[in-house]
Amino acid sequence: MTDSKYFTTTKKGEIFELKAELNSDKKEKKKEAVKKVIASMTVGKDVSALFPDVVNCMQTDNLELKKLVYLYLMNYAKSQPDMAIMAVNTFVKDCEDPNPLIRALAVRTMGCIRVDKITEYLCEPLRKCLKDEDPYVRKTAAVCVAKLHDINAQLVEDQGFLDTLKDLISDSNPMIAESHPSSNLLDLNPQSINKLLTALNECTEWGQIFILDCLANYTPKDDREAQSICERVTPRLSHANSAVVLSAVKVLMKFMEMLSKDLDYYGTLLKKLAPPLVTLLSAEPELQYVALRNINLIVQKRPEVLKHEMKVFFVKYNDPIYLEKLDIMIRLASQANIAQVLAELKEYATEVDVDFVRKAVRAIGRCAIKVEQSAERCVSTLLDLIQTKVNYVVQEAIVVIKDIFRKYPNKYESVIATLCENLDSLDEPEARAAMIWIVGEYAERIDNADELLESFLEGFHDESAQVQLQLLTAIVKLFLKKPTETQELVQQDSDNPDLRDRGYIYWRLLSTDPVAAKEVVLAEKPLISEETDLIEPTLLDELICCIGTLASVYHKPPSAFVEGGRGVVHKSLPPRTASSESTESPETAPAGAPPGEQLDTVPTQGDLLGDLLNLDLGPPVSGPPLATSAVQMGAVDLLGGGLDSLIGAPSFVAPPAAAVPANLGAPMGSGLSDLFDLTSGVGTLSGSYVAPKAVWLPAMKAKGLEISGTFTRQAGSISMDLQLTNKALQVMTDFAIQFNRNSFGLAPAAPLQVHAPLSPTQTVEISLPLSTAGTTWGPPCFQVAVKNNIDVFYFSTLYPLHILFVEDGKMDRQMFLATWKDIPNENEAQFQIRDCPLNAGRAPEPCACPCCPVPCPQP
Amino acid sequence: MIHSLFLINCSGDIFLEKHWKSVVSQSVCDYFFEAQEKAADVENVPPVISTPHHYLISIYRDKLFFVSVIQTEVPPLFVIEFLHRVADTFQDYFGECSEAAIKDNVVIVYELLEEMLDNGFPLATESNILKELIKPPTILRSVVNSITGSSNVGDTLPTGQLSNIPWRRAGVKYTNNEAYFDVVEEIDAIIDKSGSTVFAEIQGVIDACIKLSGMPDLSLSFMNPRLLDDVSFHPCIRFKRWESERVLSFIPPDGNFRLISYRVSSQNLVAIPVYVKHSISFKENSSCGRFDITIGPKQNMGKTIESITVTVHMPKVVLNMNLTPTQGSYTFDPVTKVLTWDVGKITPQKLPSLKGLVNLQSGAPKPEENPSLNIQFKIQQLAISGLKVNRLDMYGEKYKPFKGVKYVTKAGKFQVRT
Repeated sequence: MTDSKYFTTTKKGEIFELKAELNSDKKEKKKEAVKKVIASMTVGKDVSALFPDVVNCMQTDNLELKKLVYLYLMNYAKSQPDMAIMAVNTFVKDCEDPNPLIRALAVRTMGCIRVDKITEYLCEPLRKCLKDEDPYVRKTAAVCVAKLHDINAQLVEDQGFLDTLKDLISDSNPMIAESHPSSNLLDLNPQSINKLLTALNECTEWGQIFILDCLANYTPKDDREAQSICERVTPRLSHANSAVVLSAVKVLMKFMEMLSKDLDYYGTLLKKLAPPLVTLLSAEPELQYVALRNINLIVQKRPEVLKHEMKVFFVKYNDPIYLEKLDIMIRLASQANIAQVLAELKEYATEVDVDFVRKAVRAIGRCAIKVEQSAERCVSTLLDLIQTKVNYVVQEAIVVIKDIFRKYPNKYESVIATLCENLDSLDEPEARAAMIWIVGEYAERIDNADELLESFLEGFHDESAQVQLQLLTAIVKLFLKKPTETQELVQQDSDNPDLRDRGYIYWRLLSTDPVAAKEVVLAEKPLISEETDLIEPTLLDELICCIGTLASVYHKPPSAFVEGGRGVVHKSLPPRTASSESTESPETAPAGAPPGEQLDTVPTQGDLLGDLLNLDLGPPVSGPPLATSAVQMGAVDLLGGGLDSLIGAPSFVAPPAAAVPANLGAPMGSGLSDLFDLTSGVGTLSGSYVAPKAVWLPAMKAKGLEISGTFTRQAGSISMDLQLTNKALQVMTDFAIQFNRNSFGLAPAAPLQVHAPLSPTQTVEISLPLSTAGTTWGPPCFQVAVKNNIDVFYFSTLYPLHILFVEDGKMDRQMFLATWKDIPNENEAQFQIRDCPLNAGRAPEPCACPCCPVPCPQP
Repeated sequence: MIHSLFLINCSGDIFLEKHWKSVVSQSVCDYFFEAQEKAADVENVPPVISTPHHYLISIYRDKLFFVSVIQTEVPPLFVIEFLHRVADTFQDYFGECSEAAIKDNVVIVYELLEEMLDNGFPLATESNILKELIKPPTILRSVVNSITGSSNVGDTLPTGQLSNIPWRRAGVKYTNNEAYFDVVEEIDAIIDKSGSTVFAEIQGVIDACIKLSGMPDLSLSFMNPRLLDDVSFHPCIRFKRWESERVLSFIPPDGNFRLISYRVSSQNLVAIPVYVKHSISFKENSSCGRFDITIGPKQNMGKTIESITVTVHMPKVVLNMNLTPTQGSYTFDPVTKVLTWDVGKITPQKLPSLKGLVNLQSGAPKPEENPSLNIQFKIQQLAISGLKVNRLDMYGEKYKPFKGVKYVTKAGKFQVRT
């Protein structure tokens, strides 16, 4: 005699059979048939073809049959709007049934039929039911108004249902005030808040959730009101329903912001918040998950709430992996409890679950960064873990030790030796990259740094990009620190544009100004801090207002969730007010509106639950300038700025360079020293790179003529781009230019042509084509003489070698050898460079450049 | 609000769907299946999953997934609580919350779901009200129904629905008026290698079974109410009385319900009733290890510790275990690597122990991890926190009820690290 028999009819003419049964005269058979229909519905079968037959059964005095038909109607009315009209008559009739249960049932079902055509017919019965003598029917009707509003907001307003609703809020029976969604339709003022607070004590747990959420959107006018609301909300913290508890926590967290910290009540409230939060953690795992996500926010905002409760976040081995207790443990870690935390984390690091172990090891590193006094213990704990030689533990430990080095430079270098022992076991890119970074950073203290790096270099092409980049940087660092040992390490080629560009930059840096290169590559890195993984404060405040919602689970602003985004206003914590006068908050009061009134009404708009109506607020108030994307924007700006200054400044000065890694370093870990990650954006580097113009001849030295310039190579021809500025008081004419003999025989291919006389303060740009037809002789230093009507001026500069490179740089072997041999013997010299003091006066040996295909004659 | 509900069994079949607004296609569950695949273990499926147009909030109960579909911002806890309530109701109605029970009663399930949620908002979730609207199936009733043609659906408005005490139905009548309270305490603890307590707390509940006629007004007082500083109450309890007098005063729902749950935190000292001596070691470069555990009583307040079970998740490289228990029996599942030792009672004269050899996979490295011991036990007639009910008074009715209080202490998440 079970319902499972309804599932068994899967024969061919099932629908047909059902149809026949539905039209049967026997009541019992009819009911059975409807049950079969419902059963197919529950498994997602489409039985909408039976619509007319089922609706025919509606006219019945059997309540169960009626209920079943209603169930069917709700599911399929939308897909059969024309047929649904057939049901209207019965609804209207049922709304006048003497049995309140049937009246309520009819009103309820009516509201669920989301067909525009029908809604019009429903207004009249609905109005009647709103004034029904039975409170249950009234309540159902009130809920129906909200449903109707969902379907057709205009209709609800036109019919004046809202006013009737407002009357209902003051209904004698509290159950009606509770008709949850409807309360979200209304605006909040102190009177209605008072009513809601009264209703809070008397309505069901679900109603309480909605009322509390509603309260959370209200902004009290002063601290006294906030306190009185808090007092009335605190009993909810002991409710058995965890959603009620969390909503109450939200209200308290929000209103606490308004209370002054030295108030006794503030302290009491803080104490009261902790136990219910802890209790949530003993509930079902799903509840725990949501609770933990929210606790994560709360401890960031007010760590004092749970500071004594560290132990409840200790992980049990059978906790589901999605619980994030570790995170909270670290947030609560302080000097007082660090010993406990570390012992616990160390325990976790020997667990079975690999992912969890990794998290635990990482957590130890974060503790070291967060609690300075404990760094030493953390490092020794990590060393212990490395001694276990468990592969993934070691790798994870090395990654975090790198971070610890970043936080406390020059403090724990003694452990490097231990790290180096484990070099061979590293197989994950992140760990390898971290290790390479450490070797590069402390190259001067590791005797065999070059060997270590060389060992990494062997499989260079098989490494991931992350490791390759890190390796490149490390080698350059090593080169700068111990130039003698690294000559041959630097040459590699790669298809990865990032890597190649970074290589170019280093090479150019090294070749033009090694001192600057040293400044850039070995620049003092800013310390990292634990703040890096905190949520940005404005977002945190917004999320605090959304405790218990999806936004709080994902830690994203609510605007990222609601589709359509209508009426979404950034929620903000109320400002802390000392007195009732300063209620005007710059964030919530839109310009031009009377502050008091707006403060009451604006938050209702932000309400995401109802989100149904803006009432008489007019157009949605544009969000206050709580730019949630401010962080990213800032980062982008900085990137841009950093790039400009990197490229614009001829000598790479330290400040911009230091500023950039400061921000890049923000995302924990990986490319901390990756100053040149930036270069991926600079596409111009490859091929026809043009250096910015540098001042070659200052005006002071040339009687008012200032010359700046650069070299370019385009489509096989070299040219010298000059910019002549007249800073003198007289007109300049008769320009001419001549080069001294130089190593590549560069010579002007055409005379310098300045068409018009250069009048004072005027600037002229000239591109002077060059050829390599001159005599090859002497140092790469490039001496130039410029003549004008005033005098002859001399200056020297360096030209970048790449302007000489032919585009099709490839040379076959024979040719190369022949060319090499062509170099006269006296031009060939062999010697080793020791402590090479590279300076601007001399170009560095080009063979140190990874991309130099032409062997250069030595002076 | 809650838009749709899908019930999914462990093998991934959707066997029931209910929509409160428009119909959402079953294909939305594919996101859930995806997450389930990723999680590997059923217990590890994340409870909140986001999809391009919906959010899926799910719970895992009795080997079933209750997956709800959400379209707008809604407190996830609200949804999770509600889903648990649905599962509780099924349990209450059909005696078990299983696929078979739900399929057998699909029409009642559908009616219940419709009654519990209206347009996505909870309507009637109190078991008392629901039972008036839709009567639970019993063999007798289904026989009567099939003969008389009457139905399980109540045809009058439930009285509790609108009263100030929605949890109690009117006109309750019993010939024997009884009120029973069960004080159940669970010890959650983590004990470290050396036997000292890392963390311990007591999760307690008072479950009541009240069968009293009329509208009784009860008040329950404790010998030591100060113990209860972190409590969650059933909505029937008058919070003001508790705040001022530390007395639980309430008009009870009819039947079984949880009156309060409480937590006695680590600030108070928690007595740990058992101790475990253990030595689990694996030899370097050999394929075996030794396993030896002994359990003994400690701070058990003179009561017997019963129904002891020890569960150990052994490392993956363990192939088999050859053990001898001095008492009880043990099983080792070579697939899940779970060792279960059913100990029974502790007699202080001869402490139960389990000793023997562990066979490891040959050639595999010595396992690094230390298995945790998970211990279950039960102590009758003792509330380990020391909580004691002082007296129960009844007002509002004339008759004299029969009263009873029972105490029991159990292990909750009680684990010993090795």
